Amino acid sequence: MVPVDYYIALSAILFVIGSLGVLSRRNPLIIFMSIELMLNAANLAFVAFARMYDSFSGQIFVFFVIAVAAAEVAVGLALIVEIFKTRKNINVDEMNSLKG
Amino acid sequence: MHLSETVHTGFYFLAPWLVLAPVTGLLVNAAFGRRMSETLIGAVASLASGAAFVVSILLAYSVSVNHGLAVSVPFLEWIHIGSLELDWTFRVDSLSTTMMVAVTGVGTLIHIYAIGYMHEDVRFKHQEGRFARFFVFMNLFIAAMMILVSGDSYLMLFVGWEGVGLCSFLLIGFWFEMDTLARPSWANSDAAKKAFITNRVGDFGFLIAGFLMFWYLGSFQFDEVFAAAPAIAEAAPWVIVAITLFMLVGVAGKSAQIPLYIWLPDAMAGPTPVSALIHAATMVTAGVYLVARSAPLYTLVPEAQYIVAMVGAGTALFAATIAVGQYDIKKVLAYSTISQLGFMVAAVGMGAYVAGMFHLVTHAFFKALLFLSAGSVILGLERGHHHLAHHGHDKKPLKGKKKKEEHGGHDDHGEVFDPGDMRNMGGIRKTMPVTFWLYMIGTLALAGIFPFAGFWSKDEILLDASLHYPSVYWQLTIAAFFTAFYMGRQIWMVFFGKARTDAAKHAEESPKIMTVPLMVLAGLSVVGGALNLPFEGFHNLSHWLEYTLGEVHALPLDLQVAGISTALALLAIFISWLIYGRNPLKAGQTDPLKKPLGFLFTGMENKWFVDEGYGVLIITPFKKISQFLADVIDWRFWHDFVHDTVIAGTYNWISNIALDRYADQRGIDAFANWLGTTTQWISNHVRKVQNGFVRSYALSVLLGVVLILGYLILK
Amino acid sequence: MTSDLIVFLVLSLVAISAALGMLFSRNAVYSALFLVLNFVTVAVFYLLLGAPFIAMTQVTVYAGAIMVLFLFVIMLLGAENLPPSDALPWQKPLAVLLSAILAVEAIYLLFMNARTNMAIAAPEASVNTMENLREMAMTLFNQFLLPFEVTSILLLVAMVGAIVLTKQEKGGRS
Repeated sequence: MVPVDYYIALSAILFVIGSLGVLSRRNPLIIFMSIELMLNAANLAFVAFARMYDSFSGQIFVFFVIAVAAAEVAVGLALIVEIFKTRKNINVDEMNSLKG
Repeated sequence: MHLSETVHTGFYFLAPWLVLAPVTGLLVNAAFGRRMSETLIGAVASLASGAAFVVSILLAYSVSVNHGLAVSVPFLEWIHIGSLELDWTFRVDSLSTTMMVAVTGVGTLIHIYAIGYMHEDVRFKHQEGRFARFFVFMNLFIAAMMILVSGDSYLMLFVGWEGVGLCSFLLIGFWFEMDTLARPSWANSDAAKKAFITNRVGDFGFLIAGFLMFWYLGSFQFDEVFAAAPAIAEAAPWVIVAITLFMLVGVAGKSAQIPLYIWLPDAMAGPTPVSALIHAATMVTAGVYLVARSAPLYTLVPEAQYIVAMVGAGTALFAATIAVGQYDIKKVLAYSTISQLGFMVAAVGMGAYVAGMFHLVTHAFFKALLFLSAGSVILGLERGHHHLAHHGHDKKPLKGKKKKEEHGGHDDHGEVFDPGDMRNMGGIRKTMPVTFWLYMIGTLALAGIFPFAGFWSKDEILLDASLHYPSVYWQLTIAAFFTAFYMGRQIWMVFFGKARTDAAKHAEESPKIMTVPLMVLAGLSVVGGALNLPFEGFHNLSHWLEYTLGEVHALPLDLQVAGISTALALLAIFISWLIYGRNPLKAGQTDPLKKPLGFLFTGMENKWFVDEGYGVLIITPFKKISQFLADVIDWRFWHDFVHDTVIAGTYNWISNIALDRYADQRGIDAFANWLGTTTQWISNHVRKVQNGFVRSYALSVLLGVVLILGYLILK
Repeated sequence: MTSDLIVFLVLSLVAISAALGMLFSRNAVYSALFLVLNFVTVAVFYLLLGAPFIAMTQVTVYAGAIMVLFLFVIMLLGAENLPPSDALPWQKPLAVLLSAILAVEAIYLLFMNARTNMAIAAPEASVNTMENLREMAMTLFNQFLLPFEVTSILLLVAMVGAIVLTKQEKGGRS
């Protein structure tokens, strides 16, 4: 028997690690992967809650999240490729042309 | 229109038509006068006035059959303020109907006369278009005069009082752009302004009296005022004295008494029918009517009565002496009018209200007659003058006067023929016989010769005076002597002897439309005395006015008084014959009185220099004060100093220095600028947050998440 | 301590280690592989939570398709190892600090405020996997039919977008 709280705690830890990755890494691919990790953490919480309440809705929501993540990755990676093609570099710290 | 419940017989309901009839006439003439013939205009105006006369007669009849019952006929609501409730109400009693009948009767005759007179006058002055205007003004005058005599309160009376004053102004200035000899000048309009302004002085007194009346007696309505007066007279007699004396100032203005009479002689600038109607028969007697109407007030204060009587007697004597020295036929009559008004004022001042009203009525008859006859004489001369100018024979100038070659009288190079100057007349008895006889009747009536109307009325005044005020009696008697003398002088100079000018030689008689009304007036002048004969059973007017004025002591004929006055009148006429009749005046001769009287005659000739005295005493200082006020006080002090320097300067200083430099530039502007620079400074710094790095934006998002979660925990 | 709990703790230790590995690997390829490990671990969690279909999807779509795509791009761009830069020197410490606070807050919320006291047992072996799949399909195609169809459009748009973005135009704009 595992308390639901543990799953949620695991989910939170994974989420924080993901966010740390987004904030501290400069490689856009790793930033992207961190985002996937955060989504995954959220998915884990969804499924845990779905199990807790004995409902399918949580699982369905995870299904949709995976679909959206797939679409997001497809477009996001395409963008990164395009940026690399124009600037020959993908370091996010050198992409600040929107500076105010 | 509803009537008092108690009255079932009579024509009281017609009272508003006293005013509405002439107003209708004037509206018709004002609207359509341009397109109507002169006959029609005159007919409309005369019918309007005649309708008012008929209404007056019916009202008098109604009062008579109701045994003198005074009725107030409400017409319109006028002023309702607080406790003051003033309506336009017609007062129909024996006193007001007497005035109505006299005014409308004489007025209608004068309207008819004026049809003929103005027909020629407008042609002599080449202003045919003014014919309708004249009758509009005349009807307006009748309406205003009816408001005056029929008003039920002092304020309504005042409305009429001002209305007739306006008509007087309009009609004196009828030929406003010329003088009496039709030369281009502002003399006539100056005369009109003089009349108006002098009347304003009197009206001021009337107004003060009205204010006092309202303040202390609480009303303007006649009956209410008279009811409240005795109690006030008991408690504060000076109030009634003040009211009556201020009213006397109004009377002096309107009825041309000392010291405000000076406007009346100049008022002769108006056309002669105007002089007859307004400045002899009706309007100037408004003051007498006012005193008679206020009899209950005057009776309370004998001191005021005495002053009124003395003013009247003094005016009667003073004006009579001036009349002796005048050459203009109308000026003589004007001073005569002032003198006769003095008789009336003296009479009402003495409390002899019936005598005053009696003389008012008879005087209206014979003075209207005299003025209109004088107008006939003047027109006759004018006709003769034009006859000569057209036929061109006998061009030899007489009496050093250059005769005009062109009609119209605009000859600026030489002296102009004056058809009103008695020295240009003489012998008109033969050329204008009808006018001569009419004039004779008027003269005898005015001089107080038995049995003409003037004899009875003047005698009644003298009799009252002899009983109460000896000094007044002697002044009036001497005035009566002068009256007979200057009228005799006028008769001899105008109608007897030989013509002193060609115009007088060729004078033509006036048409029937003018002479017939004169005949009616002459008849009235002869028999007018029958109104109030001093014999038992014939005191008609006394009994009639008793309804309104209370108990009247009708006096029997006093042979001594009557004898003295008649003897003096006859003596005066005889003396005038000795001086002017026996040896008729030659052309160019100075007045034969000048030699024996010397400077006295010069004084009479020049109206005792009263106008000049007023000029020195009042008008010049007044002008100087006005000039001082305008130049120094208003312009230099008020405008230059106070407005320009003090107010505008201070304002400029405040706006320039205080407001602009400090409040605006250093306050408001500085704040606005500070706002701008501060915003710029803040944004300059805050802008660095937008560094374009996605990671720091994400960091901000995380910061937000942390903060919100922290808030939720710590909540 | 039940066997369930032991399995959970071991697996969660693996998952966290994999995540940290992804975070700290210098080489992007290692990061991707660590992430795959993490995904697979999470898929096992799904199985433990009675969601076999999601677990399969997780393995096939995430660990399979998406991560292969990542690896492909990494190798394509040669971006496995980027030189360090000092554009935002304060970013890293601040990020660590904020993340720590966030973790503390989350754990605090879980164990201090929102304690549920509910435990979850691993699904019985007798639970019919096909039965679960069938019920889920019923829910998806009845209750969530419209979102499902919208998702298909979203995937189509993403596909078209990816093609348009990466397509090499010839002679046109570049």
